[in-house]
Amino acid sequence: MSDTSTTHALGHDAAVDRLVEPSRQSPARRWFDTVVRSREMSILLVLIALITVTTVKQPNFLFSANSWRDLLLTPAILLILAAGQAVVIITRNVDLSVGSVLGFTAYLTGRMFIDFPGIPIVAVIAIGVLAGGLLGLVNGMLVSFGRVPALVITLGTLYIYRGIVLTWAGSNRINAGDLPKDFLRLGTRSVLGIPILFLVAVVVVAAVGYYLYSHRGGRELYAIGSDPDAAVLYGLRVRRRVLSAFVLSGALAGLAGVLHAARYGTVSSAAGVNIELEAVAAVVIGGVAIFGGSGTVWGAAIGAILLVTIDRALPILGIPDFWQRAVVGVLILGAIVLDRVLSARQARKLIEARDDS
Amino acid sequence: MSQPTPATGPAAALELRDVAKAFGAVVALRSGSLRVEAGSIHALVGENGAGKSTLVKIVAGVHRRDAGELLLDGRSMDFGSTAESKAEGIAVIYQEPTLFPDLSVTENIFMGRQPVGAGRRIDRAAMHTEAEQLFRRLGVHIDPRRPALGLSIADQQIIEIAKAISLDARVLIMDEPTAALSGVEVERLFAVARSLRDEGRALVFISHRFDEVFDLCDTITVMRDGSYVDAVRTADTDVDSIVAMMVGREVGDLFPKTPAEIGETVLKVEGLSSTGEFHDVSFEVRAGEIVGLAGLVGAGRSEIARAVFGVDRYDAGSVTLAGRSVKPHDPRSAIRAGMAFVPEDRRKQGLVTESSVARNISGVIRGGLARAGLLTGAAESRSAAPWAGRLEVKTGALDMNAATMSGGNQQKVVIAKWLATNPRLLIIDEPTRGIDVGTKAEVHRLLSELAGQGMAILMISSELPEVLGMADRVLVVCEGRITADIPRDEATPENVMRAATRSSQEAAS
Repeated sequence: MSDTSTTHALGHDAAVDRLVEPSRQSPARRWFDTVVRSREMSILLVLIALITVTTVKQPNFLFSANSWRDLLLTPAILLILAAGQAVVIITRNVDLSVGSVLGFTAYLTGRMFIDFPGIPIVAVIAIGVLAGGLLGLVNGMLVSFGRVPALVITLGTLYIYRGIVLTWAGSNRINAGDLPKDFLRLGTRSVLGIPILFLVAVVVVAAVGYYLYSHRGGRELYAIGSDPDAAVLYGLRVRRRVLSAFVLSGALAGLAGVLHAARYGTVSSAAGVNIELEAVAAVVIGGVAIFGGSGTVWGAAIGAILLVTIDRALPILGIPDFWQRAVVGVLILGAIVLDRVLSARQARKLIEARDDS
Repeated sequence: MSQPTPATGPAAALELRDVAKAFGAVVALRSGSLRVEAGSIHALVGENGAGKSTLVKIVAGVHRRDAGELLLDGRSMDFGSTAESKAEGIAVIYQEPTLFPDLSVTENIFMGRQPVGAGRRIDRAAMHTEAEQLFRRLGVHIDPRRPALGLSIADQQIIEIAKAISLDARVLIMDEPTAALSGVEVERLFAVARSLRDEGRALVFISHRFDEVFDLCDTITVMRDGSYVDAVRTADTDVDSIVAMMVGREVGDLFPKTPAEIGETVLKVEGLSSTGEFHDVSFEVRAGEIVGLAGLVGAGRSEIARAVFGVDRYDAGSVTLAGRSVKPHDPRSAIRAGMAFVPEDRRKQGLVTESSVARNISGVIRGGLARAGLLTGAAESRSAAPWAGRLEVKTGALDMNAATMSGGNQQKVVIAKWLATNPRLLIIDEPTRGIDVGTKAEVHRLLSELAGQGMAILMISSELPEVLGMADRVLVVCEGRITADIPRDEATPENVMRAATRSSQEAAS
């Protein structure tokens, strides 16, 4: 009937089989395909290449006592934010308020130690997470019941939450001297050569990743992002799920705020300004589709590490300041274009395979 | 078995009594009744807009009914969400299957109910095995691990059915499942439907294809204008009496098409084809003529219109307007050539609902209105006023927001917008959908008047009386092809309906 489409269809090639008949492949082959051909793997290769090139130029980048620590410590806070952001974006929403939430709980952490001397560190962490979760709850309520796009809602709460911090903190700042030594050690100490902060981030990413992949709730988040209308017809509790995604994102931003205080010691009212954009960038670079439904928190995590590492590597490679920003921009655009191209190609192959049969 | 008439006999698997539903001023369902026994396949038939889909959505929990009763095995039900109806064992397969394209076939079947092991961890291996068993049972081959993206409509429906079976649904409703299927696929679907019936489930089958209805179903409920007409045993009836019940009313003189002088050919469409949408479509529309494009929803009428106007691409064929060929896929060229297009969904495609009436009316001719590149509100109002007056648009002022107007007035604004371009051809898709009866007549009078002034009009309508009343000639589209070209005095509800449902039937005389 249509002569034009048959020119593309070259019968059953392996790539099409992989898409249409994955069950015919051996489990090992399937595993290989899902891991090695994944977006996460390609972004990981970019990261490794970047580290390699930088290390060749400046061996100290990797092979010195501090640099290994920096490599892991610097991205830790962004990792936690990116994990929460990935969950929200997978549901076809976005949370722009995380930077302000981080600022709020970072300042809250300092105030707790100042106003309640001797308060246990664990209690402060719990309060920070809880406070972040509450702010996330507000976002989630507004998004799922207000029926206003999350972009607008969280842009609004970004300013509101920041406004609260500004009013509260004024020109005051929390200084390292206000914080207990044990708490500050949390932000700088390492266990077996791995910074505690990074371990916390890895635990968060692993837990979120496991939930998304292996729990009903996690899968429903993907379904909602893949087609929100179908999710309603399916009988999924869309509002509740979206709400809980925002609560999680808020709670993780709350945790990130506490860790921010521990890591830097000083907290001003400007803590975490603009970091929400880095979180979104990390998620997108890591292969989570901006329209939801696909991608993993692992990808987002690698995206976060890449983003932070670029910041540190480009000066060493002798790239001027301005271009460093531009490189990040190119990376984001590249990731989005790649995402569109790959999904369009996959859709075309699947449709061709259908027309062939 | 009892008589298949509503409101009698022992409890049926699914029963609706006098269910009503209105959306604002538009009554979608006046008095819907349906009674489906367990272990039977029941057909629900009616013209477009008879209220079938609304009835289904009430059973599914998508809409809440305004009045009437909904009974499952004799128990009264009131579903506030799709989850509630699902929990009661109701599964609905919609015209357009609703799957999650990014997820695997298996996940689409088991979403929210995945088999879990220790720690509530999803047992993927068990899930895939279960999906494979379901497909084996249905006699189909679909890889459970592949993504739902790119599946054919037939396969998507099979997945919806697999979903329903895995839910152990007692009531399975299929809303026009065969519309996009080939003969083999239809057979496969029917075999599955019969085996489900034999298991004691109740099935509701909505279809426009009478051959299929008579082949598959035990009983038939006919609906018309949002109301229940009759329920009959398939064995006791025939196609003609069903069609008579569906059409029912006389075509009154509600539709005042005054005879106009038919002039030279304005629009000439030759061999227009678009893969998967329509095939080899050729027709002409002449000056002063209203040509009705009739057919069922999904037959390809709107797609043809959109391709003619250049909104959508087409693969082959040509469009000529007043002897000049119109560039494909270029609405601007179509507008310059003298075409106007009033789309089906005026809120989405025809109106800038947040703008003023004046701005909407002058929208298409804006370029001509601007002075030194600037567009003044005064110039907009000046150009819009005569049109609004002529069409009797009832708005307080021209600077009112278009969103706040009634459907009828919105439609008039959209028409006014296009008349301001002085078109030679007006394509109008569903001119009176969602419009109250009074305004309907005004829209009809307007179309008739425009034809009288020598405009060529191509009118798409799902309302049979409107087509028969307004059109000088009726073109019937069925599954992407024009299956009949009937002049006004020969057009009857029956022969239009037959041509529209001819489908896989061979040579339905």
